[in-house]
Amino acid sequence: METIKIQGTEDTPRIILDAENEILEIAGRSLPEDVTSFYEPVLNWLAEYEENPNEKTVFNFKLTYFNTASSKMLLDILMKLEEMYENGNDVLIRWHYPEDDEDMGEAGEEYSDIVDVPFEQVSYPG
Amino acid sequence: MNERKDMKGFLEFVYEFYKSMKAHEITLVYEGEITHQITKAFTSLTESSMAKEAEAGTVQRKVFHVMVECLQNISKHADDFTTENYLFSGRGIFLVSKGDDEYSVTTGNAVDNDRIEELTDILQTINKMDKEELKQLYKIQMKEGRLSNKGGAGLGFIDIKRKTGKELEYHFLPISDDTSFFLLTSTIPRDFK
Repeated sequence: METIKIQGTEDTPRIILDAENEILEIAGRSLPEDVTSFYEPVLNWLAEYEENPNEKTVFNFKLTYFNTASSKMLLDILMKLEEMYENGNDVLIRWHYPEDDEDMGEAGEEYSDIVDVPFEQVSYPG
Repeated sequence: MNERKDMKGFLEFVYEFYKSMKAHEITLVYEGEITHQITKAFTSLTESSMAKEAEAGTVQRKVFHVMVECLQNISKHADDFTTENYLFSGRGIFLVSKGDDEYSVTTGNAVDNDRIEELTDILQTINKMDKEELKQLYKIQMKEGRLSNKGGAGLGFIDIKRKTGKELEYHFLPISDDTSFFLLTSTIPRDFK
């Protein structure tokens, strides 16, 4: 399966979707000019990955900032992972947030309330 | 001779303008088209000045959030206008001020009069809600508005109220029979730890 590697910028996150090495992550800041087209490749990749996923799928979110428009796209990604989980796959979401950033921790909690998929909150020194 | 007099008048105006900015503790003011590039430039400018002044991390993040949502409100809703209002599309005024106790972010842009009711409704509803209600509303809007590219009705407003804990102040002033100037101020207290 094709690997996606997108370098992070000041307004878009770093994205790694590497099934072979089992690295799935979105990290950094997310306020792209056009959220839909920015996240489209991620959703397409997940749709393909879903057909033949690894034995275990761990998806890491390590965002430091995202705007409200991005919040919907993140939900779309989480719902895709939820779908995989509902289909009997072993899926885990890891939501990393700086320990001094309450809002980012809370955002993770809220997503875990919305989607029904194993969800782990991981705080790291800010 | 007249030209010279006009120039002097203009320069005096600039000084008055400067004094007025100082009096209102305005640190950034902009009028014009609000694009993604402008949004990036202003947020990074404000970020570096806050970092230089050693503002608390939480306050910095909240100011950043509010600025982005306010600027994107204007830049994303540019196409809400009919052609005769194209001059206003995506344009507006943007101000940041810094007081001893709080930052405030103000935007002003033209809106069609028939949007006033909708905007007032949303803002009144959000202003009345407590933390838990806002959280539930945000979740609902996020789920239901997933297909819209614009950020959904009021998602940005909800986020501002949640992040700042302060009511959003707003005001409409008439421009013409069809349009009004919509002013919105968000306040970010500087005592977040």
